Amino acid sequence: MSTQVRSAAESRGPLVLEAVAIHRNFKLGHGRKAPVLSAVRDVSFGLYRRGVVALVGESGSGKSTVARLLAGQEHLTKGEVRLDGNVVRLSHRKAFRSYKHDVQMVFQDPFASLNSVHTVRYHLERPVRIQRRTRGRSAVEAEVARLLSEVELTPPEHFMAKFPHELSGGQRQRVAIARALAANPRVLLADEPISMLDVSIRLDILSLLDELRERLDLAMLYITHDIASARYVADETLVMYAGDIVERGPSEDVTQHPAHPYTQLLVASAPDPDALDSGLRIGSKVLAGQSGSALSTVVGCRFSPRCPFADDHCRREVPPPVRISEQRAAACWHLDVTAPQLMRDRPMADSPPASTSPA
Amino acid sequence: MSRAADEQLADGQVPAPTVVPVPGPIAAQPVLDMRGLSISYRTRSGEVKAVVGVDLALMPGEIVGLAGESGSGKSTLAYGSCRLLRPPAVITAGSVTYRGRRVSPQGVSVLEQTRSQLRAIRWREIAIVFQSAMNALNPVLRVEDQLFDVIDAHLSMGKEEKRERASSLLDLVGIARNRLKSYPHELSGGMRQRVMIAMALAVDPEIVIMDEPTTALDVVVQREILSQIVELKERLGFSVLFITHDLSLLLEVANRIAIMYAGQLVELGSANRMYRQPAHPYTRGLLNSFPSLHGPRRELAGIAGSPPDLRNLPPGCPFVPRCSFATDACRQVDMRLVQIEKARDPSHLSACPFVPPDVEAPGSGTPQGHR
Repeated sequence: MSTQVRSAAESRGPLVLEAVAIHRNFKLGHGRKAPVLSAVRDVSFGLYRRGVVALVGESGSGKSTVARLLAGQEHLTKGEVRLDGNVVRLSHRKAFRSYKHDVQMVFQDPFASLNSVHTVRYHLERPVRIQRRTRGRSAVEAEVARLLSEVELTPPEHFMAKFPHELSGGQRQRVAIARALAANPRVLLADEPISMLDVSIRLDILSLLDELRERLDLAMLYITHDIASARYVADETLVMYAGDIVERGPSEDVTQHPAHPYTQLLVASAPDPDALDSGLRIGSKVLAGQSGSALSTVVGCRFSPRCPFADDHCRREVPPPVRISEQRAAACWHLDVTAPQLMRDRPMADSPPASTSPA
Repeated sequence: MSRAADEQLADGQVPAPTVVPVPGPIAAQPVLDMRGLSISYRTRSGEVKAVVGVDLALMPGEIVGLAGESGSGKSTLAYGSCRLLRPPAVITAGSVTYRGRRVSPQGVSVLEQTRSQLRAIRWREIAIVFQSAMNALNPVLRVEDQLFDVIDAHLSMGKEEKRERASSLLDLVGIARNRLKSYPHELSGGMRQRVMIAMALAVDPEIVIMDEPTTALDVVVQREILSQIVELKERLGFSVLFITHDLSLLLEVANRIAIMYAGQLVELGSANRMYRQPAHPYTRGLLNSFPSLHGPRRELAGIAGSPPDLRNLPPGCPFVPRCSFATDACRQVDMRLVQIEKARDPSHLSACPFVPPDVEAPGSGTPQGHR
């Protein structure tokens, strides 16, 4: 059912990792009648060499689950993940290890993702031995030093013997990135890599990731709840709400002319000093409400309880993605109201599957 | 003063509270006035000067933002101002005067209060919303009981009255009343943060110190909570000291912003002014380090290097090693806040006497260059 749009990251390089209509359900409790949470529902996208795709959404929207599914840390309920066009099957340990060789993750909290009783050297030595099968003391040492200089922790000898608590947050995150690079991956899944860091350090880490992507030909998934940083980092931005991708397109278009009401809410909520003059802008556009429920009992559009445009149709039927341009789509019944300009300018040739009229 | 403050932190034995005489009309006086406040951590490896000679005043009904990197001393300053720090933290110099509507108009010197006097001020007069609501709430007590605890500590109320007050506090922050019976783990992150705010407002404080109240939340919830804080402040008339490392937030909520670096204030001014004409190179660096969502994409620069070691600060400006304007003169500069342009905005102060406000930092696009 997913509408085909071309990814804005496609021009960067060939397709490396692809999610094809992936689903992940969690059963809450036991028994046949236990409620089911569909944390990820029919999500498809591709990661391209040297390209960055951002996945934006609030806590609980399922964005981390997508990363975990792609990393093979979680079982798919439905759908498949393809690496270089081959369906990934992680049924045995060897397959998992060789998959990890290509796909690595960087986690949100560098305070938690590094082991506090081990040195930096230990953290980097293990993947070098296990993934690279590097043998010999001096060879491993040289490789660890190379990794540290790769993430600009220089001089490497100075950092090798340090424990995580002796490092600043930014330095710790660099170690976590070096650890991911140790496997020599082609895909880097960065799950909120900067949200635990100081604002002044965030930029350093983002530029480091960008530089590594360029130099090491990485395909990158950048997960964040800060849509402004997606604008600066990513080629394509996917907006996720309660397990669904509600909008996708080139980052600049999505952030500057959001089509889906949820994306519009995200954009309106981002801190914006330029709005100083408009007086007390805070709260003016915001829809109060609970975060989205991904329970499978919810019918219709999952954003409808918070949406100012919602009507009976929205509460009854899930909106399919509607193609807005060659690279953009949004899943909303009322795009002609929420984004009239975009819909008017839409190239007529590739009109969307005519939205099935309400029964 | 320094000795007195020092001793008193170690134990509560300090003579009767002295009243600091301050002339002038009451209305225009700050509710919280810190003068030359210095706080150190006396560790085995030396004295860490976390706060050095800070002058900061909070006016009635005002939101003052305190921004800086981790380790810049902003939390130490805020907690030190109500004497919540434990040894090895020591207040080495300065004064803190609190003037609330419920205390004498001359104000009380917070640093000279006894333990029981302090207990009367804390929370009743100066309440705090702690950084991590997850850790600040007691996981084994219902929301209701935690609110009752606060009320019991400061007011004498009957059971019914207390229940009514707790319910109306939840109304105030937009949580359904039936949540009184919930435990913290049954609430979402945003709701927990709101409970913390409700708790801070439980006994009508004059000042609310907010220590990174929205850092762990996502943007939509963050904005809801911020707008609630602003609205409640308008309605109840308290003052806010808002601590964060995210300058972009402060620019929207705060009336005035103080920028802290290595334990010292480096710039102080109105939010608008700070955004349009940042004077200190560090402030410019901060302004340049967050991506903007609206307007043209600008070159982001960030701030190279890392904060200095507070154990042995070099003389002069602590920002010198990271500053693109630095000259030899900076190593001798006296870190005092001075007016930048008396004529245009006398309240805009900066510790950097060298860089005029309209000079752009070399190699970095300051925001005004793109506006």
